Amino acid sequence: MNELVVETDGLTKRYGDRLAVNRVSMTVVRGEVYGFLGPNGAGKTTTLRMMLGLIRPTAGSARILGLPAGSPDVTARIGALIEGPGFYPYLSGRDNLRTLARYQSLPSTEVDRVLEMVDLTDRAKDAFKGYSLGMKQRLGVAAAMLGDPDLLVLDEPTNGLDPAGMADMRALVVSLAEAGQTVILSSHILAEVQEICDRVGVINDGRLLRESTVAELRGGATLRVRATPEDAALAAVMRIAGDEGVRRVGDGTLEVDLPATAAPEVVRQLVTDSIDVHEVTVAERSLEDVFFEMTGSETSRKKEVVS
Amino acid sequence: MNALVNSTRAELLRLRKWSAVWVIVGAWLALSLSFGYVFNYVAYKTGDDNFAGDGASNAQLLAGLMPSAIPDVIVSGLPMFGGALAMVVGALVAGNGFGWGTWKTVFTQGPSRYASVGGSLVAVTLFVLTMMVATLALSAGVSVVIAVSEGQTVSMPALGDLARAFGAGFLVLEMWALLGFLVGVLAKGPALAVGLGLVWSLVVENLLRGVGSLLSGIETVTEALPGTAGGSLAGAVVGGPNGTPGVLDAISGERALITVAAYVAVAAVAAVVVMRRRDLV
Ligand SMILES: Nc1ncnc2c1ncn2[C@@H]1O[C@H](COP(=O)(O)OP(=O)(O)OP(=O)(O)O)[C@@H](O)[C@H]1O
Ligand SMILES: [Mg+2]
Repeated sequence: MNELVVETDGLTKRYGDRLAVNRVSMTVVRGEVYGFLGPNGAGKTTTLRMMLGLIRPTAGSARILGLPAGSPDVTARIGALIEGPGFYPYLSGRDNLRTLARYQSLPSTEVDRVLEMVDLTDRAKDAFKGYSLGMKQRLGVAAAMLGDPDLLVLDEPTNGLDPAGMADMRALVVSLAEAGQTVILSSHILAEVQEICDRVGVINDGRLLRESTVAELRGGATLRVRATPEDAALAAVMRIAGDEGVRRVGDGTLEVDLPATAAPEVVRQLVTDSIDVHEVTVAERSLEDVFFEMTGSETSRKKEVVS
Repeated sequence: MNALVNSTRAELLRLRKWSAVWVIVGAWLALSLSFGYVFNYVAYKTGDDNFAGDGASNAQLLAGLMPSAIPDVIVSGLPMFGGALAMVVGALVAGNGFGWGTWKTVFTQGPSRYASVGGSLVAVTLFVLTMMVATLALSAGVSVVIAVSEGQTVSMPALGDLARAFGAGFLVLEMWALLGFLVGVLAKGPALAVGLGLVWSLVVENLLRGVGSLLSGIETVTEALPGTAGGSLAGAVVGGPNGTPGVLDAISGERALITVAAYVAVAAVAAVVVMRRRDLV
């Protein structure tokens, strides 16, 4: 069950002086939705291109479905939408898919199936060049799904979609995942990743910073306690959270490594010790906080909840 | 092999539905009709010896319009006009795939890059063949109509002559189409490829041949150029320059044949090799 669908080893791509991708070693397991998260220019698309054999790594390697990336046996079993759809503008949506289906000798029923899945059946007869941005993107996802691939690689599939279209796209990915489809989904939309991905790889500046489940990445919540006198409060809270579990963060506030459910116990202890409790808050880290912390693109912000 | 057949079928589907390439075929047939038949026919009818040919007599003009002259007619326009149009087709087929991102899409479908690019080349070749068949059909149709309407006996050319002309014409077109394809691949786009290709085939080669007749050093270079080879191959079929631009006798027919075939092979192999190793973004 833990079969590795993707395994990259020190994947590196250099463009001139710039390391677009820097020794990325990542793994994707069969059946999971893997979120590939990173800010603009982080190296997501470049990494995916190397996985598909569209570009050759400067160093390192990628094995997809147990075979070297880019070998025909692999590409036949992958469906991909990489940085925007590439279609013949003069052909209709359907004829574009029919053309692609011929490369794999798929029947025309397969074209109908994927058109239906992205809700484009009504407009399938229209020329691709007349499609709206969102329709083009949906046709790209349809093309990726042709032939029921073992691995679906979607590079920012919700790009250009309106809120309803985004929701549809997420629902589609979720339903595919429920059917056991392995998906790599690159995105810089955190809510999207948090909502539909099992595991995430965070990439910034070409380096894979971390690879773990969404829950692991967010880590546990912490409590913030403001009480006086501070020294007495520190001693009291340490009896519950341990010496290592409490830190002074200034402003008469203590940061406690305990979940929200521990708040009543902490308050009770402080009151028992005759300490004045001014405020207890739960600081829950969202994926966004973690992301900004890791990528350093913005100081982390805390969501304050008064309890 | 299967992958090559699949790729060819896919590429044929999208070529068949591409109006741009049919516009080019239409333009070619209109050119063939005009220069091969209409102008000469008008000249014959009006009896003005100096209008079309260089003092060609009316009898000569009529002979050129008869079915027996089909081999000469289908080949004459190819070295320059047909070749230029075929090159545009090749450059469009290969070059547009970069801007549209369709090479990227095709290369993730399953067939190897060899098979995908090979299929595209086979499809272009079949397209060139279609262009030749259409040219032949047009010539046959028009010349028979003229012969009948002028009360001449309809005598068809010898099959061997016809096959020779058809083969030579096909090779010349194929050479230009594949050279266009290669330039489209190298330029990663159709615009530069079409522009450079046309300037080369229509202008630069002619200028070089002009200079070459003055300087023998350049002549050895011009004799190896595709335009010279294609023109001389056509010239060998029609029996020397016949007044149509591009039809030459600069090199022997045999050498022309070898040179044209070599260009076809080199262009095809080079296009596949370049595409196989290229990073596609
Ligand atoms: N063909 C190329 N030539 C030169 N530099 C490139 C090329 N492709 C990518 N890069 C550089 O590599 C880096 C990573 O680009 P990449 O497209 O992989 O980022 P990304 O994570 O997909 O970003 P986005 O979210 O904006 O799509 C960027 O700095 C980019 O400028
Ligand atoms: Mg990208």
